[in-house]
Amino acid sequence: MNQAAVREGWEVVIGLEIHAQLATRSKIFSGSSTAFGAAPNTQANLVDLGYPGTLPVLNREAVRMAVKFGLATGATIAARSIFARKNYFYPDLPKGYQISQYERPVVEDGSLEILLEDGGKKTIGITRAHLEEDAGKSLHEGLANASGIDLNRAGTPLLEIVSEPDLRSAKEAIAYLKKVHTLVRYLEICDGNMQEGSFRCDANVSVRRVGKTEFGTRCEIKNVNSFRFVEKAINYEVERQIDVLEGGGSIVQETRLYDSAKDETRSMRSKEEANDYRYFPDPDLLPLVIEPALIEEVRATLPELPDEKAARFALHYGLSPYDAGVLTSSRELADFYEAVVRDSGGGAPGAKLAANWVMGDFAAFVNRDGLEVGAARVSAPALAGLLRRIQDQTISGKIAKEVFERMWTDAAEADAVIQAKGLKQITDTGAIEAAIEAVMAANPKQLAEYRSGKDKLFGFFVGQAMKATQGKANPAQLNDLLKKKLGGP
Amino acid sequence: MSLHARSVAELAAGLKAKEFSAVELARHCLARIAAANPGLNAFLTVTAERALADAARADGARAAGTAGPLTGVPIAHKDIFCTDGIRTSCGSRMLENFVAPYDATVVTRLAAAGTVLLGKTNMDEFAMGSSNETSFYGPVRNPWDSAKVPGGSSGGSAAAVAARLVPAATGTDTGGSIRQPAALVGISGIKPTYGRVSRYGMIAFASSLDQAGVLAASAEDCALLLGAMAGFDPNDSTSVDAPVPDYVAELNAPLKGVRVGVLKEFFAQGLEGATGALVEASIAQLRELGAEIVEVSCPNLPLSVPTYYVVAPAECSSNLSRFDGVRFGHRCREPRDLMDLYKRSRGEGFGAEVKRRIMTGTYVLSAGYYDAYYLKAQKMRSLITADFKSAFAKVDLLAGPTSPTPAFGIGAKVDDPITMYLNDIYTIGANLAGLPAMSVPCGFVGGLPVGLQLIGPHFGESRLLAAAHAYQRETDFHRRVPAAYA
Repeated sequence: MNQAAVREGWEVVIGLEIHAQLATRSKIFSGSSTAFGAAPNTQANLVDLGYPGTLPVLNREAVRMAVKFGLATGATIAARSIFARKNYFYPDLPKGYQISQYERPVVEDGSLEILLEDGGKKTIGITRAHLEEDAGKSLHEGLANASGIDLNRAGTPLLEIVSEPDLRSAKEAIAYLKKVHTLVRYLEICDGNMQEGSFRCDANVSVRRVGKTEFGTRCEIKNVNSFRFVEKAINYEVERQIDVLEGGGSIVQETRLYDSAKDETRSMRSKEEANDYRYFPDPDLLPLVIEPALIEEVRATLPELPDEKAARFALHYGLSPYDAGVLTSSRELADFYEAVVRDSGGGAPGAKLAANWVMGDFAAFVNRDGLEVGAARVSAPALAGLLRRIQDQTISGKIAKEVFERMWTDAAEADAVIQAKGLKQITDTGAIEAAIEAVMAANPKQLAEYRSGKDKLFGFFVGQAMKATQGKANPAQLNDLLKKKLGGP
Repeated sequence: MSLHARSVAELAAGLKAKEFSAVELARHCLARIAAANPGLNAFLTVTAERALADAARADGARAAGTAGPLTGVPIAHKDIFCTDGIRTSCGSRMLENFVAPYDATVVTRLAAAGTVLLGKTNMDEFAMGSSNETSFYGPVRNPWDSAKVPGGSSGGSAAAVAARLVPAATGTDTGGSIRQPAALVGISGIKPTYGRVSRYGMIAFASSLDQAGVLAASAEDCALLLGAMAGFDPNDSTSVDAPVPDYVAELNAPLKGVRVGVLKEFFAQGLEGATGALVEASIAQLRELGAEIVEVSCPNLPLSVPTYYVVAPAECSSNLSRFDGVRFGHRCREPRDLMDLYKRSRGEGFGAEVKRRIMTGTYVLSAGYYDAYYLKAQKMRSLITADFKSAFAKVDLLAGPTSPTPAFGIGAKVDDPITMYLNDIYTIGANLAGLPAMSVPCGFVGGLPVGLQLIGPHFGESRLLAAAHAYQRETDFHRRVPAAYA
């Protein structure tokens, strides 16, 4: 099971804090654009710069997005929540405080279900999700003896999603993280781009002896920017903590940074050095009141959610829960799959064939070229065209792979490739028989051995006959005819 | 009558009748400022060029027939309101060279109404003070006695109006900063309901208490100016989206039958005898004018000073964090590192009173003390607000003193912050409860003015102004000008 990687006698406890950058056009408290990649400080207005006298005005779109997330996780939407100030000094924090939510978040008490490796399911609690503004960035590269500040990101809306400490392994943590990642993209509230920092994760990790009920002292690992690194960082941290405890030491509550180059976590600051943030309600903003009408309005915009879609795929297309989960991991992939099924026909076997192709060669090529599903070089109708030729036995599955590769490189239709390359399957009994007879004539020794009882040589003849037809012989037909012919006149 | 002896209403009438032009009026005021300001220190910046340009535009509007009631009327802004292209110092070294790239909403609205900007007035540093002595640019002198303070924090605006250098000026009131100086220099001043006037562009001291208002000779003048300043502003989430009444039209509402509550707690210990006697006499006069006088009590009100001195510093400690030497304001010379930049920039930029309040505020919000101080103060604030609410179930207005004593000597209280803080004892309640309140002159003690304070229910500005106007029709204290500035 998941605990396999953990040392005997220890249990791991993980909670995740995910920061999802909300996909609003403007910032959470000002009208500046949130677009990524602009020249430094060109997307920061007076409010973002914390100019004296300026005041925050809440972006209602960010609220709708938070409500959307709350509804999708079965959470309670607070009728009245409070924005608070988190006070600390840092050059990329223009006002000297971050506007966040503290005691009364907008979303509370939700949950998500994750699929475990053994096929079981587990519910992970979501303690809260709250709205807050992002800080700017400090830039150190290329500046001698100075730091630069880019405040373009300052004021970008974030939804901080805090899980319960329900996760018991790095694998579970990743499954949950991916689940949230899938969900926020389904809801179109976050682009999920981890490289650009629009989806970030802090992990609270502790260990305890199996059977203990109280939690061990935790460490927080900050800002790890890929699924793989989150997993590696947690695994490293778990080993480190067990080492310390087994060596008779104790864990110090602290914030640690993951260094992906060295694959280790390092202490950043201890609890004693931690800021006293002096949270208090922000007097510049009224309590956030959410009327039931707004909740219903947002509910009406909810798409089919990943779990619902996966259940439907499993039932309707006869897929395994795992395959249904993979195909619904993004809305684009799920839509692509359904388009292929629709165009290729073929009932349940066709749906299964489509699933294998979408998750197999198609996904492999998409990943190899680092593309989005929408930018794939083989469209859903084109892939469906290929699958139709497999189903009507024009080509074999093996040849289809060759055709697909050609379709990808040339952006061509399946039929055109089959035509041009002469890859059409041979189903003419006479032609196949002729090929078999030629092979038998060329290999008298093997034929004799086979006929004297060496059954294993059947495969040899299949291979030779296939080769003789350049792989185009219908495999089932070839098998039947070969058996008949080898058996003797 | 000389130009400067006229009220805003009288100047507006004169401009309308083309008795004089806006440019003539502006020149007259600028000449008076040039003569008197070196002694008073009421103005930190005089915007002569801007004033003449505004005035010429006003005269043009007059000629074109597009003039409004305030077109051509000179005003001054407390130096806490951001003014595009004109320094906004907030009375602090921290902002000695700060020029905001935008106008506060109040500034925009008064400019749109056609007023003429004469300059920016002195104030206690970041509006923290009751005497104008915390200003980095030196104390303002009381026009009635130059050895006395004008009150604070809007002391520059108050002194400028009292000396008739300008007919009206803006102020802000967090704990009495409009009413107390108005009382100490013998003019009228109104702090509207919290949310009535936009705070956008007004440098924040304590956001939940700060409110912009007007200082002018009379209630009528206050009504004229407030009408132009008030109203919803989408840039201030705490501004209230409710229609603004025509305060001038409602000035003549009769006082007859209006129930005026006399707050028992306002006449307890601390109130100087002669001041109290004048306030009582003015309340008696309200009765003669038809008001019904009722004694009421707000039992929690005596705790308003300690409550305020937790809430206001807490908010200011956070509001003033943005002054870190990084993007604007004072930056120390050659900082060694980030911490040095913060410590020296703030250490050099802020004065003693501001530092005291930042430290107090930081303390009351810190882990382990939050519940005992900040949270408890918030509870007290709710109780005080509830006290006012039950009082206003019985009466239409409350009346009492604005300040416990007339103006005190410059330097008399600077070393004793507690005594200084007690100056706000009668004014703070209205801020904690977000109520509109004003001060009107009601007599003199030893040649120094005394103020009568009126407090109204939320959005009761009209009734407040009408009561003050009724009183001022029968009295002339608001028309008295210090001999040196007559």
